[in-house]
Amino acid sequence: MSEPKPVVASSDPLARAWWAGVAEGRIGYQRCEACAAAQFYPRERCAACGSARLAIATSVGTGTIFSITVVHRPPSPALQAFAPYGIALVDLDEGVRLMAHADPGLAIGDRVRATFALFGDRTTPKFVRAG
Amino acid sequence: MAYIAGVGNTRYGVVEGSSTTSLMTDAAHAAIADAGLALRDIDGLLTGYSTTLPHIMLATVVSERLGIRPTYAHSMQAGGATGVAMVMLARLLVESGQCRAVLCVAGENRATGQSRDQSIQTLAQAGHPDYEVPYGATIPAYYGLLAARYMHQFGVTGLDLAELAVVMRAHATRHPDAHQRQPITVEQVMASKPIALPLRLLDCCPVSDGGIAAVITREPTGEAKVRIRGAGQAHLHQHISQARDWAAMGASESAARAFAEAGMAVTDMRYLAVYDSFTITLAMLLEEIGFVRRAGSGEAARAGRFGREGDLPLNLHGGLLSFGHCGVGGGFAHLVEAQRQLSGRAGDRQASNVPTAFVHGDGGVMSSHVSMILERV
Repeated sequence: MSEPKPVVASSDPLARAWWAGVAEGRIGYQRCEACAAAQFYPRERCAACGSARLAIATSVGTGTIFSITVVHRPPSPALQAFAPYGIALVDLDEGVRLMAHADPGLAIGDRVRATFALFGDRTTPKFVRAG
Repeated sequence: MAYIAGVGNTRYGVVEGSSTTSLMTDAAHAAIADAGLALRDIDGLLTGYSTTLPHIMLATVVSERLGIRPTYAHSMQAGGATGVAMVMLARLLVESGQCRAVLCVAGENRATGQSRDQSIQTLAQAGHPDYEVPYGATIPAYYGLLAARYMHQFGVTGLDLAELAVVMRAHATRHPDAHQRQPITVEQVMASKPIALPLRLLDCCPVSDGGIAAVITREPTGEAKVRIRGAGQAHLHQHISQARDWAAMGASESAARAFAEAGMAVTDMRYLAVYDSFTITLAMLLEEIGFVRRAGSGEAARAGRFGREGDLPLNLHGGLLSFGHCGVGGGFAHLVEAQRQLSGRAGDRQASNVPTAFVHGDGGVMSSHVSMILERV
């Protein structure tokens, strides 16, 4: 297995910055300074009001499982060692939803908190049961 | 007025020695002949995309291959909804007078033209490249998330979903060109290997080779007299993590636009051609649009309502789940079967009385919706 890469190649600078934050243990999201909407994933403009005045905020990392699947058939042999793995949609307490890894034993409605774990060649957020 | 004057398809499944262009060519010639036309009559060409022949100008590649010089041509991309979207645009082109006869053609050697891993990785890109794909997500994983939530929200069970796979397989046994023709049972679906739980292998459509085409004209030119009565679209998100109302993904909105234009309602439809990339896709679309109650797809399948003799004959060619999925041609096949059912030309699969049909394509992860109402004239 290769070493985790702190910054992942993407054509989108906003995404590069977001993954750099993850590598340092932060889940970032945007807060609109015009209409106060919370937004994930990071964009150039607020999708609610169109404002370009967006501040980066860091989630406290707690939330609720909105949905979860357990992947047994990964897309590449390199990820086979991680299977079966959970992929969830997590509603963070700040009011945004993101996709992330999750403990396969979790169920919809479970309260969760973020941890960070190596997956393939990068560190990803992985949610586990809170408390 | 616009008519689906002719249709044609190749066999779906593993077609050794095929290519994107060979499959498109064979399907195009069959559809043009079915319309009673010749190559020189085609003045518009619409195609989709092919993962085994990525190209920035696929429509002119195909035109040149066929030996036609259309006055209007380009490719289109709306994922699994592309087939229905092409026919919707073709209708506008003939109704406006821009074209006389538009060939809509799709084809891809998705099964033999690449490895299974390549196919899975390419298709996963319907998800977000930065915020979804890096988690090892696949198309079944996105739909697995849909399934888990929908089952939780409305009380749908794995058995309900399995019934839909069984019905699609039963239908495909009657189509000589279908990919999967061995009958299956609910027990076999429930015991098939896990892919992205709650979805199992037999909840998922196969990866197929195949080509399919239709010719759209202002008046009928061949044997079939099938008119496009209404159409509509809705596009509410691209990525599943961005979908807001999971009880209203865009299907009902798209269908409502088509019904409004047609001056018809759900209860007027006598044949259903509804996208079924996974069992959950079919359940969600049927239930959101309102053909059956929420969580009612399984019971309707068990009661035989989706069969030839049922009151809601559904995907009698076998759908994506069993006729096969070759990309754009996968969701296009539903529309082609609807045209055959409406014109009484479906042979062993023919439902008894089909004056009207509803067609629905879904692209991405419930991202792009295109609905169409067809009627026999």
